[in-house]
Amino acid sequence: MHEMGIAMQIVEIAVASIPSDLKSAQVKRVNLKVGKLSAVVPESLQFCFQIAIQDTPLRDANLYIEEIPLRIRCTDCNAEWTAHEPVFECRKCHSGSIEMLSGRELDITSIEVAEKED
Amino acid sequence: MYGFMNKNQKQYHHKESHRPHPSHAGCQGAGDGKAGTSLLGEANAKTKEIKILRKVLDVNDEIARQNRKIFEEKGVFVINVMSSPGSGKTTILEKTLAHIAPAIRCGVIVGDICTSNDADRLSGFGAPVVQVNTDAFGGDCHLAAHVIKTATDNFDLDKIDLLIIENLGNLVCPAEFDMGEHLKIVVLSVTEGEDKPLKYPLMFRVCHAALLNKIDLLPHLDYDKEAAVQNILKVNSKIKIFEISAKTEDGFDSWIKWLEQRYQE
Repeated sequence: MHEMGIAMQIVEIAVASIPSDLKSAQVKRVNLKVGKLSAVVPESLQFCFQIAIQDTPLRDANLYIEEIPLRIRCTDCNAEWTAHEPVFECRKCHSGSIEMLSGRELDITSIEVAEKED
Repeated sequence: MYGFMNKNQKQYHHKESHRPHPSHAGCQGAGDGKAGTSLLGEANAKTKEIKILRKVLDVNDEIARQNRKIFEEKGVFVINVMSSPGSGKTTILEKTLAHIAPAIRCGVIVGDICTSNDADRLSGFGAPVVQVNTDAFGGDCHLAAHVIKTATDNFDLDKIDLLIIENLGNLVCPAEFDMGEHLKIVVLSVTEGEDKPLKYPLMFRVCHAALLNKIDLLPHLDYDKEAAVQNILKVNSKIKIFEISAKTEDGFDSWIKWLEQRYQE
């Protein structure tokens, strides 16, 4: 539901990250990591991104979303696993002392710009 | 939510081509392997990758840090109350204010897309109330740190001990946005499904307390309260659960006592 704001934030960060010597270059792709537990719907984000990039240096860019699995560690018995359901209880010792190793990401990792033809 | 969407839909997308495409790229799972490497670069070698590595919400998080610093300097304890629409947040806060104000000097920020109905209801307890209508912010579905920063300009923070933020009715987006609060509280009413904690895990994962509201209605419902409690604990074993009725004030003593204790810490 808040994907438009996130898309606009992505565009702002990406535009600010274009190196000064490449200001006129076309951004072809924006790479994003989205954790499985983050409250973002990728399809909505893609849709909003297409709108947010209009009239910006990103107008020809695609958004590539890498899904980061929900990795969990039990702080009592140190068991580690990938959770496919939102159950934060140790599979081995049933402890509820759980640490999330990944799955909350909403990170922009890089942009790819077209290099000028020589 | 991203991860726990319809599995059939996910499988369908996994069968799609691995080539990134604007309408499909978002649906590729981590198992697609080459994510992050330049798939596009393979098709068009003349691109240059520029590393960024920034959190998309870091602007919000930075303002939230500033808010928290100001709150700590001014000695203001801040709670963020979240729930789906109609769970009884405003009634809970009316009754809570009646218990704790004016002994504890409270301030209230109420978020809604439209209307000042909730602010009208919450005034009259001796606590200043600020209504935030997010339609001015694009009809947002949550309150964010910058909105709280602006709203707090309306208060004399030297005269407030406890700032209560009533978030917009929504179990998804508000969970993602830090505003500088000290406690996050979720309200779940027994007229909603017992499986809501599993459907909205991030919300229940990030909260410190859950208020299971409207328990006065239990005799009239086929609600499995124990299943609801177990589902909350599956997502967050450390969360404090209070079974309450904002109508009859059943269970309010322990909720108020806990809130006062946390405020005093």
